[in-house]
Amino acid sequence: MPAQDRGELRIIGFLCNWCSYAGADTAGVGRLGQPTDLRIIRLPCTGRMDPLFVLKALINGADGVLVSGCHPNDCHYSEGNFYARRRLEVLKRFLPVLGFDARRFEYTWVSASEAKRWQSVVSDFTEQVHNLGAGPDLARASS
Amino acid sequence: MDPIQELRASAREALPELDIFIGWEQGFDPLHATPAFIKDSQDMEGLIWNPLCVQNLAGYLPWLKDKKVGICVKGCDSRSVVQLLQEGLLKRENLTIFGLNCSGVLDLKKIQAQVPDAGNIQEVRFNGEQVEIFTLRETYRLQKQELLPLKCQACMYPNPVLADHTFGQEAQPANPDQGQYFDLEEFEGKSLQERLEYWQYHLERCIRCYACRNACPLCVCRDQCIAQTRNPHWLSEENNIQQNLMYQMIHAQHLAGRCTGCGECERVCPMDIPVLALKRKLSQIVQELFDYEAGLDQNAVPPLLTFQTEEKNMEPRGE
Repeated sequence: MPAQDRGELRIIGFLCNWCSYAGADTAGVGRLGQPTDLRIIRLPCTGRMDPLFVLKALINGADGVLVSGCHPNDCHYSEGNFYARRRLEVLKRFLPVLGFDARRFEYTWVSASEAKRWQSVVSDFTEQVHNLGAGPDLARASS
Repeated sequence: MDPIQELRASAREALPELDIFIGWEQGFDPLHATPAFIKDSQDMEGLIWNPLCVQNLAGYLPWLKDKKVGICVKGCDSRSVVQLLQEGLLKRENLTIFGLNCSGVLDLKKIQAQVPDAGNIQEVRFNGEQVEIFTLRETYRLQKQELLPLKCQACMYPNPVLADHTFGQEAQPANPDQGQYFDLEEFEGKSLQERLEYWQYHLERCIRCYACRNACPLCVCRDQCIAQTRNPHWLSEENNIQQNLMYQMIHAQHLAGRCTGCGECERVCPMDIPVLALKRKLSQIVQELFDYEAGLDQNAVPPLLTFQTEEKNMEPRGE
């Protein structure tokens, strides 16, 4: 049975290799229950985040996008997440001008040991996206 | 002396030291100006300066980085030059900048909307705030104020911010009390759904001719533009709203914190798609967050290439 038919939405997660990806892993190892709407893409660092990744996901039908990395001052590469923070904040404020609800996109920080925090970040964001419902379908509009 | 006479005299004087001088001359009819590339002192007679000189000539400069170039710039164009200098794409010592104080250029699309036989123009005269257009059949007297493009209605820098020689009377910023981003305030009165429909309506027309990118003085990736490369393959050749919107996102995002709002993208669009708004929104955000405007200080560090460990205008997000 396809996931969409079970009422799932498509949420894309971009996680940094060193903190949030490991944090998600810790949550899994600890068997903390999480919604299954999130598809995770692992990045070397949130400094790798190009705002176009988020835009491409949303334009092509993702219902939500979550970016998570190391806490500021804890970046494995010292400063990657500081650059990311600026770009992602610009992007978050930009989305509404296109007609995308800014709540479909969040960025946050979760460390490798914060399994509990990861669980609540995913659960809260998934709930937030579910409250908004399915994202705009540009493909259907153009046909 | 008339500014154009001064400009010609000054350009003639500088010409022996230059490889090329770039200004404007009359195009195929009196309503159209076209870029002029002058190497010969005689050709300076054809040089013009009036509200029809719409093109931002700064876009030619990165291609001529190692040549000695004399260039005419309006206030807005000078910001493109500053931005290019900041990014190390030009050499200041190779440039002689002829700055023109500008009280606004005309939007030819607005003229064509008011002049039905715009194909038959015999003469255009500027009479203070009035523009007189003589066609074969009729004479039109239009108010200049009503023919200004958005960038001139919201212009904060009518006088060049960087120039070696300046000509003409100093101009005043347009309507400072209506706010620099009055158009966005109006746009943001729409609901999210209406905005989405607005972009769907406009981007359905996009033919991806890339004119907006090619005319942009700051789109300097040339053959490496990711809108066209196969590797990475960001866009397909399909022409649909998703691909067209994604293409505009590539253009706009690559200009975040760099765009000086010269409006060339929107001016050259053959399908009249209001793409400048996307860049203006990004400029507004950058100004709010980082208190920064592109193209004013060639020694400034661009805001997206730096950071503060404590960002003063951002809410903490689970730090």
